[in-house]
Formats: sequence, structure tokens, C-alpha cells
Amino acid sequence: MQQHSFDVIVVGGGGAGLRAAIAAASADDSLQVAMLSKVYPMRSHTVAAEGGAAAVTRDDDSYAAHFEDTVAGGDWLAEQGVVDYFVRHAHAELVQMERWGCPWSRRPDGHVQVRRFGGMKTERTWFAADKTGFHMLHTLYQTSLKYPNIQRFDEYFVLDLITDESGIGGVIALQISTGELHVLYANAVIMATGGAGRVFRFNTNGGIVTGDGMAIAYRHGVALRDMEFVQYHPTGLPGSGILITEASRGEGGVLLNKDHYRYLQDYDLGPETPLGEPKNKYMELGPRDKLSQAFWHEQQQGRTGKHGESDVVYLDLRHLGAEFLHERLPFICELAKAYVNVDPVKEPIPIRPAVHYTMGGIMTDSQCETSIGGLYAVGECASVGLHGANRLGSNSLSELLVFGRLAGEKAARRARAFANKQHHNLLQARSKAILATWEDKIAGLMDTSTRDPKSRSWAELKQALVTTMETGCGIYRQESALQETLETIRALKADYQDVRIEDQSGVYNTDLLHCIELEFSLDVAEAICLAALERRESRGAHQRLEPELTQRNDREFLKHSLVSWENERAVLRWQDVDTSLSAPGERAYGDQRKTRQADNGGAA
Amino acid sequence: MNVQTRAIEVTRYSPERDKEPYLQRYDVPFDESTSILDALNYIKEHIDATLSYRWSCRMAICGSCGVMVNGIPKLGCKDFLRLYDHTPETPIRIEPLAHFSVERDLIVNMDEFLTHLEAVKPYIIGDNVDTASLPAEASLQSPAQLSRYQQFANCINCGLCYAACPQFGLNPEFVGPGAIALAHRYNLDSRDHGKTERMPLLNSKNGVWSCTFVGFCSDVCPKGVDPAAAVNQGKVDSAKSMLIQLFKGSQLQGEHQ
Repeated sequence: MQQHSFDVIVVGGGGAGLRAAIAAASADDSLQVAMLSKVYPMRSHTVAAEGGAAAVTRDDDSYAAHFEDTVAGGDWLAEQGVVDYFVRHAHAELVQMERWGCPWSRRPDGHVQVRRFGGMKTERTWFAADKTGFHMLHTLYQTSLKYPNIQRFDEYFVLDLITDESGIGGVIALQISTGELHVLYANAVIMATGGAGRVFRFNTNGGIVTGDGMAIAYRHGVALRDMEFVQYHPTGLPGSGILITEASRGEGGVLLNKDHYRYLQDYDLGPETPLGEPKNKYMELGPRDKLSQAFWHEQQQGRTGKHGESDVVYLDLRHLGAEFLHERLPFICELAKAYVNVDPVKEPIPIRPAVHYTMGGIMTDSQCETSIGGLYAVGECASVGLHGANRLGSNSLSELLVFGRLAGEKAARRARAFANKQHHNLLQARSKAILATWEDKIAGLMDTSTRDPKSRSWAELKQALVTTMETGCGIYRQESALQETLETIRALKADYQDVRIEDQSGVYNTDLLHCIELEFSLDVAEAICLAALERRESRGAHQRLEPELTQRNDREFLKHSLVSWENERAVLRWQDVDTSLSAPGERAYGDQRKTRQADNGGAA
Repeated sequence: MNVQTRAIEVTRYSPERDKEPYLQRYDVPFDESTSILDALNYIKEHIDATLSYRWSCRMAICGSCGVMVNGIPKLGCKDFLRLYDHTPETPIRIEPLAHFSVERDLIVNMDEFLTHLEAVKPYIIGDNVDTASLPAEASLQSPAQLSRYQQFANCINCGLCYAACPQFGLNPEFVGPGAIALAHRYNLDSRDHGKTERMPLLNSKNGVWSCTFVGFCSDVCPKGVDPAAAVNQGKVDSAKSMLIQLFKGSQLQGEHQ
């Protein structure tokens, strides 16, 4: 066992983790910052974000407009003070990225170009072709190299936290290349471990997106907030789930059912907009939850086509022309060709909804701090309260910058304030105990002599988990299926106790790694399912099928769900929502907006 | 229904157990869409949990899953079983990336590449960005200025070009195609003023002049980056900067005489 001491520890090397590490390191160059990630930073899933990052940019845009879009897009479950802070700081962060070298797409006059995005009333999404996340991640990783006080621990898998009465004290990590356990002490720790999309079978996420950080914080008593809100992206490739960016629709792509009909006009998103004239908040530029729900209805009514085993609809980009597609959507052309053998210049792309994003996460206050002093969380693993019940596309890349910097600065301040804290005796005792637990646990997993012949492998349990999550916690949900899924998850957790792994080695034991990831995923899945079961209303990405539950019910459920781990079980509570700036109104898109505004005397 | 299977040979090596790497054969089911990575994941989850390899995004953007397939560097997620002849006697051979040290099975030591990448100072230099206070305005960059460096910014750091480069195979100190392409990306960026800081390394014996212009690096790049072009444009820059140094040097000498 090796021990290390730092001022700030960042767990996760994606966009949020890198931004936080740079903020902490540049706040004070005497602070020593450690960044641990289970993969090299540029492998993190930020890399797969395509469409862009939102910020109020044009003269005809306003903070109030971005605020309204985000709050209404989240069906009034966002923390409004947090949204207000976000919209005011997003632009400066994107400018900072520009100055760090991010290759933003440009207008002929050299200014940064903005594109349309779903649910946004104005063009405000900055983009780098259709590889925005990739370029942001590489720009952040490369920029981080300038800071000698950031020390990276690549391919270190964080397993646990060390805490004492005054808050966080450090982390325990497994060095994947050797199998050795490390103790790293710090008075400030930032969780930036990404989402949990891989708890579902069909998803757009990389294999690493298993909810580790959420489960680690949860096991230390931090609540997971709003976990029932899981975003289905309307356009994933059939079979693989590979993401086809919303920018395809922002640039003018349209969705067709098997009869070549633009079906979105039947779901309160119309009237149909002319081909080549996309209109903000209409049709294909409605929000993701509504579009995925429309697919489900088309599927129920037999109006979807087939691609292999998958029911699909079609994304038609042909009218945009080869030159435009190769300039604005080159990656989409490459992906469609490689993975479904379709040239979007000539044929519509078959697509279907796929799990994409966890709106909920580790509960933090507006300053990114959790209920454990000095423990921060940021990015997709966190719930700072920005997205509410449904995230608008292009808000999350801006989120990880705005709140990554905030978390980094807060952590730096905490580290300085606690610099002289004498804690090592108690913490060392604590860390020794936690370390021993993990050593026992790993030895137990490897001890095949005690294997129950009936026990299943982690791979079999994982298959069962992702299948039941899709059945119970899909685009539409109902009591009986949710109940069944919750029972299945709990049975899988029990079965997990008998799992053994084959691989006995220390070096790059990915059998062990995936086995531990599954345990984290099981905790996160239980929280998602429990919250989905208890939220007996329909709001944003959470839709219930029971006739009496198909509407939003503010009287009972204008509340965040909080799932906590207490006395070895998941417990659900409710928390009030900050609606101080905008009273809950009706969410409307397409021409419905006009009607509603007229009904409300133009107040919406 | 008959499920087609395909024979695959995979390099196995555990430093704790094996003196030498060896090949292990597996039969995996496949259809038109099965990638090399899908086949490895099938082996891991259904046949042999002890096989180790890196992967994540499975959409050719994270750069984790580079391997040799029948001797050619490939991204496992962007190469497909259907592209290879199907006879039981000729298994598809999957090996770790060439020219890197093998840590375990298909996992190589990526630090051997990242050390070079980090050495070329791949970030904007001389823009005087002060991170304590955010800059108020974005700089201007025309689409033409963007397109000068854009393709070199598309490198995903997968390392395939290093596995393709005979010079890197002979001399691990060679900065190599990917890192030189990245240095070139920043040298060409209208916002950057760091070229003079990057040139000494590119001018050195392990810099651009180590390249013998085989060009295989560009052939294997899964993202259409042309590192060979970067290296050879780098040679022009390097020759210029060396001439300037020479000129300055003789001027300096002249001043002293």
C-alpha cells in the first residue's frame, strides 16, 4: 500500500474533472492537485459529445431567454438560482475555451458560429463541427499539461472515500496496472466521474459510464437526487446505440416514420416546418424527452420501420447536400457509413431512442459541495440542480465548464483553509480500516475455492440488470413493471454476494474492475428505480402510463427526489424546489406555445 | 437458425505467469455488424473473463481500442469481422499494438506515446491568458485560418501511427507521427506564438528528421489525419528554423569579431 498527500484530489479526468483541476491549480500554484481516473483523460466520455455547448451569444438573445428555456425544458424541476448563475457564466467559459485553443467553428468574419438546438428559442450553441466534446476534452487535457502542480494518476480506479468528523479526508484507489491499493489524503475532493447510462441495455454511452462516483458518495450517506430522470436521446443508431447528434436536426434534418411522414406534427410540436427551414422549438427542434416519447407512440401504433431486430424511424439529411454535410456533420457521415452502412447524402439514417444522460446525481448545493464538508461533485455525476426533469441539449458541455471551475475554486479555498489541520492519526486509522475491508473484499472475489456452483458471473448479472432496467425504467413506466424491476435489482444485489472472478492476477485485472463497477451500477440502478416508482406523476423524462398519472402534479410532486443509503437500505425523501424566479407554468412547443401564451395573456 | 462463427487468435500474456506471449484461439459468433471489439467483448463476457484489453466509446472517438489485426494497426471498434476471409483454417489474428511494450494481453504501455505528446507543448503559448480572471472576448479566426490546422486537431491519440512507424520501432525516442502532428497543429494555429519553443525538439535528432517518409502512419490513421504531411511540413519548418539559427549564429559571430 502506498500513501500520498495532496491539497486537492479530483476523481475523474473528463471535461468536468479537467476544468476543476485547472481551476484549483491556477487558483494557487502552491496547491498540489491530484487527478485520478480509471482511464487516460482523453478516453473519458466527454469525448463522445457531438453537438455543442450553449451560451447566450447573439445580440438578440438574453440571459432571461436561456433561463426560461432551461427551466421550462426541465419542467420546472431545476434549481432556479443555479440556472441563473449558469446562464450568466456560460459565455465567459466558452470564451476561455476559445483562448485555450478550442477549434470552434467560425463565421466568415472570424467570429464564433452558433447553431440551433432542441428546446432553445435562439441560436446559442457553440460547436466544433460535430465533435465538440472531443475538441473540448482534448483542449482541456492539453491545456492541463501547462500546470506542473497537477499530478495525474491515469488508470487509477477510485474505490472509496475516507472521511472524519470535519468532512472529507481522502480516497482509496486501485492502481489498475499493478493491482496495488493506494491511499491519497486531501482536505478537498471533487467527484467528476460522469453518468450511469451503462445501467441500461441500449445506450449511447461508453463502457466506462457505470455510475462509480455516484455509488461511492451514496454509500457514504450523500443523497442521490432526481435519479428517476434518465434522458433518452431520440437519435441513436440501431444495434449499437451510437449517438447521432441533435445538431443533425439543428442544421435542418427531419424525422420520418416508415411511411415517410414527419410524425412529430402529431405530438404537439407542429405545424410541419418546410424542408430546409428549421424553426426553433418546432418539430425536430422540440426537446429530447418529447421526441423520444413520440417515437414510443409511433412504435405502439406500428408506424416504425425495421433495421435488423430494431424498430426504427429515419433521420433524413439528404436535402442538406454533400458539401454542407461534410462541413457541418462529418462525424455523423463517418458513423452512419461505418456502423449502419448508410451514406446520409443519399439515404435517411435509421435511428431509435437510446439512454443518453442521467439528469440526477450526487446532490450538491449551488456551490457544488455535498453534505460531506470538502467533498464536491460536478458534471454528469452531480445534481447541482441545472437540468430538472429533462436536460436541454448543449447545456451539459457548458455545465461542466461553469461548475467545473466553481468546484475547483471552492476546493482550492477549502484546501487552503484546512491546510494546517492535524488529522492524520484519526484518518490513518479510518483509512486502514477501509483499506482492510477492500483487501478482504477483493480476496473474497478472487477466492474461487468458495464458489457456489450455482453462482453467476458478473457478466450474467450485468446482462440481467441492463435488461430489467430497460423493461421497468424505459421511456414510459408503470407501477407493476417498476415494482418488478426493483425486486429484480434487489435479487441481483443478493446474487452479487456469491460472485467470484476468474482472473487471479494483479496486472490489468479487468475481470476484477468490471466486477466492482457492477456493484456500483447496482446501487445506482436501485436508486433510479425506487425514485421512478415513488414519483407517481409524469414530468419531463419521467412518464407514467397509468391514466391517473399521465399529467404533471405540482401539488404533490413539485419536489426533488432524494435517495439515501441508511441502515443498509435505500430510503426515499422529497426536497422542495427553488422556484423563486419563475412560477411553474405549462411546457409548450410548436404552435401550442402561441396558444398558451394567448391564454395566459402573453405572460409565458 | 445457424449462427455463423469465426475463429480468432488473440495474444495472451501475463507478466506474472508467462515468459512469452502466446496466441489463444476462440470461436465467436458474428454477423454483418460485428466489430473486432464486439468479438473481444463476446470472449470476455461469454468465453474467457481473463482476457484484458482497453475500450470505451465503441464509436471511434476515444482512441482506447487500438490493436493489430492481421498485422495492421486498427481501432477494434471500427474494423469488422465481415471484412476478413472466412475459413476455419485462417483465424483473424489480434495482437497488441506493435512497437509498444506489452503490459498484459492486448494492453500496451501508452505512456511511451504520451510522454512524446506531452513534450511538444501541445497548448496555446503566448496568448497571455490569465485563468484567474476569464478573458472577456474570443479571438477572431477566419474559416481559412481554422482550416490550416483543423485536420491535425482531429488526432484521437490512439497510437496506431506509432504502431505503423518503422522508425519508432527502431528508436523509441523518436517523437513520432502523432506528437509531431499535434505540435504542427499548434504551430499552424493563428492564436499561437509558441513555435520557437517547440522547434528545438522537432529539430533534434529524435524530431522530424528521424522520419524516413514511409507514410504508413497516414494510411492507418482512423480519423483521416495526415501525420506524414505534418512531419514533412515540419521538416520545411525545421530547415527554415535551422537556417535562421545558422544565420543568427554567424551574425552573432560577426558582431563579436
